[in-house]
Amino acid sequence: MIKTSEILATIKMIQQENLDIRTITMGISLLDCSSESVEETSRRIYEKVTSKAERLVETGEAISKEFGIPIINKRISVTPVSMLSPANKKEDFVEYAKALEKAALKTGVNFIGGYSALVQKGFTEKDKIFLESIPYALKETTRVCSSVNVGSTKAGINMDAVYEVGKLIKKTAELTKENGAIGCAKFVAFCNAVEDNPFMAGAFHGVSEPECVINVGVSGPGVVKHELEKHKDGDFMEIAEAIKKTAFKITRMGQLVANEASSRLGVPFGIVDLSLAPTPEVGDSVAYILEEMGLEKCGTHGTTAALALLNDAVKKGGVMASSSVGGLSGAFIPVSEDAGMINAAKCGALSLDKLEAMTCVCSVGLDMIAIPGNTSAETISAIIADEAAIGMINQKTTAVRLIPAPGTKEGDFVEFGGLLGYAPVMKVNENKSDIFVKRGGRIPAPIHSLKN
Amino acid sequence: MKAVLTVIGNDSVGIIAGISSVLANDNVNIIDINQTIMSGMFTMVMIIEMNESESDFSTINDKLVKKGKELGVQVIVTREEIYKSMHRI
Repeated sequence: MIKTSEILATIKMIQQENLDIRTITMGISLLDCSSESVEETSRRIYEKVTSKAERLVETGEAISKEFGIPIINKRISVTPVSMLSPANKKEDFVEYAKALEKAALKTGVNFIGGYSALVQKGFTEKDKIFLESIPYALKETTRVCSSVNVGSTKAGINMDAVYEVGKLIKKTAELTKENGAIGCAKFVAFCNAVEDNPFMAGAFHGVSEPECVINVGVSGPGVVKHELEKHKDGDFMEIAEAIKKTAFKITRMGQLVANEASSRLGVPFGIVDLSLAPTPEVGDSVAYILEEMGLEKCGTHGTTAALALLNDAVKKGGVMASSSVGGLSGAFIPVSEDAGMINAAKCGALSLDKLEAMTCVCSVGLDMIAIPGNTSAETISAIIADEAAIGMINQKTTAVRLIPAPGTKEGDFVEFGGLLGYAPVMKVNENKSDIFVKRGGRIPAPIHSLKN
Repeated sequence: MKAVLTVIGNDSVGIIAGISSVLANDNVNIIDINQTIMSGMFTMVMIIEMNESESDFSTINDKLVKKGKELGVQVIVTREEIYKSMHRI
């Protein structure tokens, strides 16, 4: 029998501590959509996505109502679009993006991810055309998310791709400058991208994935923070235990929702991504968890250690609660989507350099960071290269989502609205990295890639 | 289907009667009931069984939430699996 206190504790988590299921993401393979003509491929994309995901949103809403747990987003990820044929020019790929946009509108999902390419080792001719198309696709659509994997522990870092990505971020910012360079908020550069990530903007449906799959991303930074408030004088072992127990509970909820969605939609369950994903809402911040551990401001000395403890404890607690954990799993540190990060960046406690250090121990990378509009493509590429190197050497996923909003300078604010939040423009190092970035070629895979 | 109904709010006359009448009208059985005052707040937890009811979960839920509003209390109805999965291995 469930105790009254347990029932009330769960209700408190949902009502007061912002516990929610952040996303149910349906992964759909588009590998069978290629055809003889761009029109036919576009039609097949639309038909397949809308038929597979026809009941996704209503099912998510029904589960949410019955279990009393908010399910914030219903989303779709698809096979990397760079693999679709035919495509001889960038306009062809943009047509596919438009088909995805149309399918997103029809199914009612708020984002559709997978306008992606995997170029960690090198480009195909089509990949090159695809990368050129990204800024235009992001301009022409509102719900399509894009990503490029530029490196991996196995392949090294494709520095030609890194430079191209730097340039395409600048181009995207320019093309969407009227809306605070919103296009850049829908684009991620990855190292060691995962194929079953349910979170945007980096979700895509990997080629080794099944035809259709349900992945669920849980959240709940607010619950973890409230739990830590009960351990003001506890040592690290004690707070790690408290985080583990909370992560277990949160993940069990995710697993329940995932099973339910999978059985109602008749689609196999893939993974639960047990990430602490913040939102700009008060009480839903990862930064405030770190501050609760005893840091005056997120970003001060000790922040990396606090985040390492948090990230590890979340995984340990969650892993037993789910039959299959995957995706990015850990703690996200997006600046614009986290009230505590925004405050810390605003008052100067949190710098880009400290964020880079934090990405060594968090689940992903430099996320939703506004940088001055005059930052060069070469500098952006160098930031991506640094981040990819951290991922490559540490055998983890790292990502970069930067917003060089045109006309902004350090200290300004860029507003994106909704879950994407708003971001203070952060300082970048003004010394040039141009010659380094333009060398081209590939940074070789590290020695520990040779495991066989 | 079993569900958990919680009612939280300021104590007043007729809360249990009001909620129970909605349940009875829809042929929903009350299996267990636990009521207490926590930090001055009226708190009631009911375990209910909907198998015999002709209305679906969503309809019953909407009626109960509406009744709660009339009574000035917050009513939350959820399927019981959520609590089991969270608190039991």
